Amino acid sequence: MRLRDYWYCFLAIQAREWLRFWQQRTRFASALVRPLLWLLVFAAGFRAVLGVSIIPPYQTYITYETYIAPGLCAMIILFNSMQGALSMVYDRELGSMRVLLMSPLPRPFLLVTKLLAMGVVSVGQVYVFLLIARLIDVEPPALGYLAVLPALALTALMLGALGLLIATWIKQLENFAGVMNFVIFPMFFLSSALYPLWKMQEASPWLYWVCQFNPFTHAVETIRFALYLQWNTEAFAITAIITVVLSALATAGFRPQRTRILGVRTGGR
Amino acid sequence: MTLEASSVSFRYGREPVLSDVSFTLTEGRFHALLGPNGAGKSTLFGLLTRLLALQQGDIRLGGVSLKKQPAAAMRQIGVVFQQNALDLDLTVQQNLMYHAGLHGLSRKTARNRCAQELERFKLSARAKDPVRQLNGGHRRRVEIARALLHQPAVLLLDEPSVGLDVPSRETLNAHVRQLCHDDGLTVLWATHLIEEVQPDDQILVLHRGHLLADSNGHELCQNTGTSSLADAFRALTGEDVS
Repeated sequence: MRLRDYWYCFLAIQAREWLRFWQQRTRFASALVRPLLWLLVFAAGFRAVLGVSIIPPYQTYITYETYIAPGLCAMIILFNSMQGALSMVYDRELGSMRVLLMSPLPRPFLLVTKLLAMGVVSVGQVYVFLLIARLIDVEPPALGYLAVLPALALTALMLGALGLLIATWIKQLENFAGVMNFVIFPMFFLSSALYPLWKMQEASPWLYWVCQFNPFTHAVETIRFALYLQWNTEAFAITAIITVVLSALATAGFRPQRTRILGVRTGGR
Repeated sequence: MTLEASSVSFRYGREPVLSDVSFTLTEGRFHALLGPNGAGKSTLFGLLTRLLALQQGDIRLGGVSLKKQPAAAMRQIGVVFQQNALDLDLTVQQNLMYHAGLHGLSRKTARNRCAQELERFKLSARAKDPVRQLNGGHRRRVEIARALLHQPAVLLLDEPSVGLDVPSRETLNAHVRQLCHDDGLTVLWATHLIEEVQPDDQILVLHRGHLLADSNGHELCQNTGTSSLADAFRALTGEDVS
């Protein structure tokens, strides 16, 4: 197998994802409504009751909007990744998955490339969100927008792999409502997305530890620090390791017979 | 190129779906895989296309094992699935280019091949149309054109005529037979419709996971002492075929 075969395949998968994005741009735009509501409504309401002291990476007192913006970036990716993974295994993407898996290139490469391509579209949405957030004074340094790119891509791959793993193996979570209740909400609320963990520690030590064990926390912190041009080695390393492990599990454990790719789901029998 | 399946068995959990299935597809011939719904055709297709991992037995394409050298074997296979595998919102051309890229074709080569295949299938005028605007028969033709883009030697079609009206079905069937004749393609056409099968075809009868026959239509009738393919099928399986 030649290296350029991989390159053309990678480009084709990326191109298709952007074409679909363009075809469905209104759907993608509406996906921005959720984080914007959090930012404009929820954050405005909570600013009054929640004081945020000076904590790294911030060097001064910050507004609550500024605090939750990185968490909302991760939330955009979280929703997209779960939705994307479910559609790969159960509905919209089934046809394209059949075609994808007919490629002679190794399946793990195909699946990771597909997850990355979906992630790139999510990252595009995050940038639109960050630009809108700028209008309400969430103003990270200009270079932060560049520095955050690898953190966003890593998060997208991590959550995409998690979504694929869940969608393939947990039959009970084959609809989005189930994934919302049992994956998205717990991951989002039990993380540092909405409140700094020292606050959580004051409230409940065991909840604090649950948050610490939640990979989403570390993804949010990687994004937060990168956006403010700081390097959080611990958060980055944990996110990177979990990404590699989840990608390996999701791709090696991928079984079309546990999905609807073959036409009917047969693995449950 | 020949395709050889030897002692292929498959089970979902404890439930056996294919039991010791062996056959050889001859280069340049049209083979019909005949079986009622639930016979194991889609599972066999899953195995032939590597969507399902082989549990027992092996499949070889021109001597290359799908198990041991999956990439080399997959290059030789073109597939048309039973369910739609086209992106309805994308154009015909965009769908084909996606497939070409997945097979490692450069954009230039892909564009040339797309033009050739669309021309051959009389779809050039529809290249820029979204697939959603095409009727069922045209969509199937696009899927076949796509399956041939990387110039495979074996074409596998899993009930390609499902959902088509009778004239479109006949046209499609004739079209694939023509490809077989003109290009020397080895074709496996799965169906549960006896009218899509001709007496000269090599016919594989699959029933409840067992391969009951592997011979041409004339021999099939002779061996079962019947005068039509439908009767032969009934004699073999005890069931009516559509």
